[in-house]
Amino acid sequence: MSTTIEEIKPPATNVGVIGWIRQNLFNGLFSSIATIVILAGLIRVVPQFIQWAFIDSVWFTSGQECHEATGACWSVITQNIRFNIFGYYPYEEQWRPLIAMIILIGMLIYSRDWNKWNKRLGYIWLFALFVMGLLMKGGLLGLVSVESTKWSGLPLTLLLSFFGILASYPLGVVLALGRQSNMPIIKSLCVVYIEMIRGVPLITMLFMSSVMFPLFLPEGVTIDKVLRAQAAIILFTAAYIAEVVRGGLQAMDKGQYEAAESLGLNYFQMMRLIILPQALKIVIPPTVGILISAFKDTSLVVIIALYDILNTTKSILTEPEWTGFSTEAYIFVAMIYYVCCFSMSQYSRKIEKELEYKSNTPQSS
Amino acid sequence: MSSEQVNKQTPASNDKPIIEIIKMHKWYDDFHVLKDINLEVRHKEKIVVCGPSGSGKSTMIRCINRLEEHQRGKIIVNGIELTRDLKDIERVRTEVGMVFQHFNLFPHLTILENLTVGPIWVRKTPKKEAEELAMHYLEIVRIPEQANKYPGQISGGQQQRVAIARSLCMKPKIMLFDEPTSALDPEMIKEVLDVMVDLAQEGMTMIVVSHEMGFAKTVADRVIFMDFGEIVEENNPHEFFDNPQHERTQLFLSQIL
Repeated sequence: MSTTIEEIKPPATNVGVIGWIRQNLFNGLFSSIATIVILAGLIRVVPQFIQWAFIDSVWFTSGQECHEATGACWSVITQNIRFNIFGYYPYEEQWRPLIAMIILIGMLIYSRDWNKWNKRLGYIWLFALFVMGLLMKGGLLGLVSVESTKWSGLPLTLLLSFFGILASYPLGVVLALGRQSNMPIIKSLCVVYIEMIRGVPLITMLFMSSVMFPLFLPEGVTIDKVLRAQAAIILFTAAYIAEVVRGGLQAMDKGQYEAAESLGLNYFQMMRLIILPQALKIVIPPTVGILISAFKDTSLVVIIALYDILNTTKSILTEPEWTGFSTEAYIFVAMIYYVCCFSMSQYSRKIEKELEYKSNTPQSS
Repeated sequence: MSSEQVNKQTPASNDKPIIEIIKMHKWYDDFHVLKDINLEVRHKEKIVVCGPSGSGKSTMIRCINRLEEHQRGKIIVNGIELTRDLKDIERVRTEVGMVFQHFNLFPHLTILENLTVGPIWVRKTPKKEAEELAMHYLEIVRIPEQANKYPGQISGGQQQRVAIARSLCMKPKIMLFDEPTSALDPEMIKEVLDVMVDLAQEGMTMIVVSHEMGFAKTVADRVIFMDFGEIVEENNPHEFFDNPQHERTQLFLSQIL
């Protein structure tokens, strides 16, 4: 039987495990050397790490026993987990921030598909936010009131990040539009704002919000410290978002504005329906980069003595019993940050893919 | 020359012109793009504007719906004078449809949504009604089956027909065409021109910037030749092509025919 062209298989060296190894690991002298060097490095590091982290490690002991063990002391986390996560929130009441966090994460997961976004979901969110606020603050329905100065740990980190991102994004979009405005006063206000904020570090903003800002308030008036830090984060992040969005607006074809205008759409309709949906899509990757930075930058509130999750970890490590186990403690915190940031990044890619599919499917008829 | 034009047109119809351009000038910085433009367009009139590239023909029609601002003279469209007044500009744009060289469809919206966005948001038509209207005009431009696709999924000729339908959905009194076929592959030009001829026969007032001389001969009531920002010559197509008066017109026609 003669073989037809369709039946000819690719050469064995190009397919299968061997083909893959050849093509990807030993493709030429340089990549062969790189592969061997990296492999040698991994062989030295990985078994040692496994030995330290899993085999010789202790998990549920006191700090005393930890000092005697040779491996990792995960006890620093397990024995302090409640302080690490909830900080100075009253011990008996810590179920409240726990439930608040579960509601928040649950709501975020529930809302991940934006085709489900509608008015009803908006009301559910408002209700959920109210419940979360009630749980955190208390003072109603028999819940003991907990001052926001006591809020700390992971709930504080999530709170600052969530509202920071939620508020700074629209504010940034408005600033970007303002900067493009034809009205000179609005335009210069936005330019001055954006450039001023981008000209100072976040730490400075936080300091100003916590130390300088109260000086300008009339005597007796105080604004919550968490709220002030929150405002600083929002104002700071918005300036960066604004510049990224401006990039997206500039990337837009002039014809899109003209087509929208020639239909008689007014400025707000044109922006909302035609320009922003496209411009914001273009800048999803850098926007998410900024939002991820904003999330991580919430850890700078340590500077104004707020106890976010990084700061609670640090205070655990200052206790004599647990000094010296910073590696373990920081690995734990790093994992929490990683999970959050990675989820954000994955979600943004999901959105990008959905939008891509929508507008650029190849012709099929 | 301007008084001559007015005289020539007055006997043709006693209607008030739907577009009046009076002694209009425009500059880009120091560059004088449009010089003393005088033009009257009557209801249901079809005008084809031609001329070498850079002669200001696109700029002129873009002034009519204020995509460009003129600096001197008057433009009155459908009884509304174009000034800085945004409300007036929006009112004019609602009555004037525009078709662009590069279609300028909204790539993030389906064909149907491209057509309904104007009626729904500007005319405040209920969604269902707007969709029926959109389907009606998609039938007219002969592509109802593409309604749920995105602009990136259809050919250039189809996109331009969608762009025409999008303008028609606003039920405009005037349609402006800015080189509607010059970005198209040759085999797609006809399908777009056919739609435009239909539209002309329906009695739409049209100003078309185009070098499609066949189209000009079939549908135009007047052909205008522009060069260096001026209207050099205007005449009925028969006279314009067979007996061009001006030297520059003769040169231009000899180059493109």
